[in-house]
Amino acid sequence: MYVAVKGGEKAIKSSIDLLEQKRKHISANQDIQISQLIEQLSFAVDRVLSEGSLYDKNLSALSIKQAQGDLVEAIFILRAYRTTLERFSYSVPIDTGSMTVKRRISATFKDIPGGQILGPTFDYTHRLLDFSLLKEKEVPQMQNTSVSDDKVFFPRVMDFLNNEGLMEKEIEKLNSKPFDITREPMKFPAARDQWLQILSRSDEGFLLGLSYSAIRGFGSKGTHPFVGEIRYGFVDVKIFPEELGFEICVGEIEVSECEMVDQFEGSKKKAPQFTRGYGLTFGYNERKAMSISIIDRALKSEEYGEEIRFPIQDQEFVLYHSDNVEAQGFVSHLKLPHYVDFQGELNLIRELRKKILKENKDD
Amino acid sequence: MIDGFNFAYLDEATKRMIRRTILKAICIPGYQCPFGGREMPLAYGWGTGGIQVTASIIGMNDTLKVIDQGADDTTNAISIKNFFKKVCQIKTTEDTENASIIQTRHRIPEKKLSEHQILVYQVPQPEPLRRLEPKEQETRKLHAYEEYALMHVKLYEEISHYGSVIKTYAYPVRTNRRYITDPSPTPKFDNPKMDFMEALQLFGAGRERRIYAIPPYTSVKSLDFEDHPFEIQTWDERCDICGSNNSYLDEIIVNDKGEKKFICSDTNYCEKNIKT
Repeated sequence: MYVAVKGGEKAIKSSIDLLEQKRKHISANQDIQISQLIEQLSFAVDRVLSEGSLYDKNLSALSIKQAQGDLVEAIFILRAYRTTLERFSYSVPIDTGSMTVKRRISATFKDIPGGQILGPTFDYTHRLLDFSLLKEKEVPQMQNTSVSDDKVFFPRVMDFLNNEGLMEKEIEKLNSKPFDITREPMKFPAARDQWLQILSRSDEGFLLGLSYSAIRGFGSKGTHPFVGEIRYGFVDVKIFPEELGFEICVGEIEVSECEMVDQFEGSKKKAPQFTRGYGLTFGYNERKAMSISIIDRALKSEEYGEEIRFPIQDQEFVLYHSDNVEAQGFVSHLKLPHYVDFQGELNLIRELRKKILKENKDD
Repeated sequence: MIDGFNFAYLDEATKRMIRRTILKAICIPGYQCPFGGREMPLAYGWGTGGIQVTASIIGMNDTLKVIDQGADDTTNAISIKNFFKKVCQIKTTEDTENASIIQTRHRIPEKKLSEHQILVYQVPQPEPLRRLEPKEQETRKLHAYEEYALMHVKLYEEISHYGSVIKTYAYPVRTNRRYITDPSPTPKFDNPKMDFMEALQLFGAGRERRIYAIPPYTSVKSLDFEDHPFEIQTWDERCDICGSNNSYLDEIIVNDKGEKKFICSDTNYCEKNIKT
């Protein structure tokens, strides 16, 4: 007898066994190594640690292996682990200005101090399926890659506009403790620290779609923004223990940052200025950093007194629906039995039909 | 217990934060208290709110019962019960009377609960006004001003259109004559059980990060109109297993011709009926 998946205990066990078997079956020849995932599927590892909001490449790769390549599932596993970790300190803000840059480009100026550095990017590859990869081969050593490991200081492109007063001022320093989305429930109206944190670990696909909608026409201005600067590389993470009285570096993380220049604001009395959108993510993921920067600008609509007309401008719409751990959970819960509620609906629809059919007959 | 994890999974600081929220919720019956909900190793929408509430109040001496759709042996009920067995090693039971904590999805047990019991509901959407007003900023104001006209108009419209209120589950209630409260998607059949219930009722919404409570012996009234009083579901049939005619029945299709039978949704109640 089916009766809505009764005998659950046994069924669950078998299902978990089957899942494990499936993984073993796939890798019957060779167990995939965590280090291989980190090296050869680095974008997947970066996406999972970014949306899992736990900067640990090993654990990210492990969760991808455990999830058999289902990245949203891997993100969920990593998130559920992260929540059990003790928070021992808040770092001081990272300084992306002193980043060890691997890539840095600007679309607003042809040449910039420090130069445009393409770094590793798919941008100019032709997307031709490379059949030679079907055969494993030795990877030849790279020669003369131009980026040196020396710390070179790259001034921010946005600062040039800033110094001329053309850019709206960025917040210099937060007056209060920043919002912590991992410890506090969502609050509305949300401030920028809250939404930038949420966006940073939001689903990449959702953000990409949203930002696309805005530049295609479902956005506040309908014009398209300019990439002031995108940079990707390593930054130091420092903490400031009160008892020591000085900063100490506790590690280095990879981040992608995007600063977007958007249309100017102004009125008869106020001189126009460019507005900005900002995006930052863990790892190398500039597609997402760009999306965030577009959404960041759109979420400022209220502050600028712009009419809220499109989904991307609506704080509750964007922030409540962009987390894929929440979204996948709630969508997948529809698989759970609902037969008690459905029984109620069945009773009701039969009653309503009976009433109307009877009335029709009487007429 | 499993290596690397605390008793009941959550760390003690988190449990304390949740217990404080629960205390506040008990002090303001029916009010939705925001709390810093955590990710759980079970999916959002699958009971994470209830699980966090249970994890925060459970102790070594508790006996836990978990039901889904009234039944102890549905897959998700088993899965949640196994989770607590794994992270707490506490006693579990299917016997409604013997449980000190009952976590539930979509039903209230048929057996009357007592003062020494706590009923923990899993709540997908804690806001009863959400379908009428999608914005949280607005609904919080509506509750604060006790501005419930939207809801009354909605019920009125249903009556004028269909002849009756067409909500069959998650039927809104008024708690302690103040807050309109979502009873979670339990069938309206269960609403009267909430009124002056002897047990403490706690509601956890994980995704929405809200906890609310109905203290023991609190008035809980289903919304209605004088000329259209609230009614619960009834069946012409009886339970095919125990013969009960006063419990909530599930319909099952027993053969390819689509013939139906009705059985108790509360499996423990049904079993006990057979025994006596």
